[in-house]
Amino acid sequence: MAKEAADPPTSSTSSNQPGSGLPSGNLVVKCNRCKEILISREWEKNLKVCPRCNYHFKLSAYERIELLVDPDSFVEIDANITSSDPLQFVARTRDEVQEYAKKLSEERKKVNMNEGVVTGHATIDGMPLALAVMDFRFIGGSMGSAVGEKITRAVELGIQRSIPVLISCASGGARMQEGLYSLMQMAKISAALAKLGETGIPYISLLTDPTTGGVTASFAMQGDVCLAEPGALICFTGPRVIEQFMHVKLPEGTVNSEFVLQHGMIDAVVHRRDLRHTLARILCLYPPGNGQSDAHFKR
Amino acid sequence: MAYDLEFEKPLADLERKIVALQRKGDRLKPDELRQLHDAERDLRRRTEEIYKNLTSWETVQVARHKDRPYSSDYLHLMCDDFFELHGDHAFSDDHAIMAGAAKLDGQTIMFVCHQKGRDMKEKQFRNLGMPHPEGYRKASRLMLQAEKFGFPIITLIDTPGAFLALGDEERGQSEAIAANLYLMARLRVPIIAVVIGEGGSGGALAISVADRILMLEHSIYTVAMPEASASILWRDNKYAPQAAEAMRISAKELKHLNLVDELIPEPLGGAHHNYRLTADNLKAALLKHLAQLKPIPMDDLLELRYQKFRNIGVFDEV
Repeated sequence: MAKEAADPPTSSTSSNQPGSGLPSGNLVVKCNRCKEILISREWEKNLKVCPRCNYHFKLSAYERIELLVDPDSFVEIDANITSSDPLQFVARTRDEVQEYAKKLSEERKKVNMNEGVVTGHATIDGMPLALAVMDFRFIGGSMGSAVGEKITRAVELGIQRSIPVLISCASGGARMQEGLYSLMQMAKISAALAKLGETGIPYISLLTDPTTGGVTASFAMQGDVCLAEPGALICFTGPRVIEQFMHVKLPEGTVNSEFVLQHGMIDAVVHRRDLRHTLARILCLYPPGNGQSDAHFKR
Repeated sequence: MAYDLEFEKPLADLERKIVALQRKGDRLKPDELRQLHDAERDLRRRTEEIYKNLTSWETVQVARHKDRPYSSDYLHLMCDDFFELHGDHAFSDDHAIMAGAAKLDGQTIMFVCHQKGRDMKEKQFRNLGMPHPEGYRKASRLMLQAEKFGFPIITLIDTPGAFLALGDEERGQSEAIAANLYLMARLRVPIIAVVIGEGGSGGALAISVADRILMLEHSIYTVAMPEASASILWRDNKYAPQAAEAMRISAKELKHLNLVDELIPEPLGGAHHNYRLTADNLKAALLKHLAQLKPIPMDDLLELRYQKFRNIGVFDEV
């Protein structure tokens, strides 16, 4: 519901080419939260975390993959899957026409990606896993048919090869321009994960800034282990919509990782520098194919 | 009968004329009698015409009509006995979800339904049909119970969406919905979901992962209510009609896109013009689909359910 509810990515993060370890053009970066001026090179060495206030900047999908898995172990699959425009979505108001097809081609050019998620398989400390990593820059990381299909195939790869599945979420929720198709992707991915669960293969979900709407209300919350980065916006309804709807003003950072941890919805909040190590520990603790098939979620 | 929606103005005028003539009763002159018949025929024809060509936004208005039958109306008209079961047995009882066991044509069915309220007081009591997490957890509890006893599950969908106050975030609205999607995907009993009015967003999907998805003819099912979509797309909810058209949310268009299995016909002028007839149509459709689903071996049914959702989506491979 809350697609595109969060702030757009800052120009400094979006100017980074995906996957490149090189510093971006700017020499300094301003922290979105504490407004501290940071030296680009040091900021990148610090994994794009503000050393002063611990603000975790958004990462592109390829940056995150590089952060999480063994070097050169990632093999991308289904990179050729991209959104089409099933509803021929054109919405006209008096002063504006919104065309989904046009928006798609603009976004592809802007972000230099086919879709808002990158999927494939890799290893962490030599242990194999299937993974899907969402990218917030592509139409707010919103979930349409193509995103749903790619994630489902990644989960099915996990089932096929009996390897654990990791989904890293960064999304505003469902993609309005695909109407009911996009809502149904929630059910589609959930069904695949439920099937995975029956085979006793672990599923780890990682919630990053922001995870909202239909993504939170489906696979983000279905992990056998749910992790989140500190300070990420995590909610069903974004603060702005809550304010509009309930007419109450919420203080900054009301619904975030720490909030959902405190209310018992996720398992742990993990600093970015500890993520890979934490994932390795979990993969080691949860060897796949050990469990008895159990159809039901957390019961 | 009452025609009170904006696009029904011409019908309302005709109806006023008819009522005025009918009031005369035996004192009707022969030419007035003819006028009456003509007006009645005209009303029928115009209603058919208007309702055959409803736009998405007009369908939204019919789906939200204040007199439209709600879940409890159908339960009372279709079932021999409905025993309502309350609460998630953990935190609270949510009145926006009405659930319980009922006899439908001699067999026990677990019904899980959204329930709206009609007057101000009841609207408040039912929270406008917008469930809290505990509502979805009640649904989950009773669906598991249905599986335990082998009762088929029928869900009636009629909600603008899940409730979205801070308290719902605290109690895990996302987790509650996510858990239901996960559960229903592998539940070992037949499930039929019927959208009877508004199918709004995750709040509707949370009880509609089913073997069959049916919709009443003038209902809607959407990723987000048109007002919410408009405020996302244009930051202004006055463009709701445009959003409704662009997202194709009416039952007819969704059937055309093959996203729903069957449309259940409504009486002329919408379900609120004849509760009994609508309930009969709904019951007939439910019995037909139950008869189709029941003989299917459970493992096959689960695989069919998986494939049903697996195949939803349109994308390109370049």
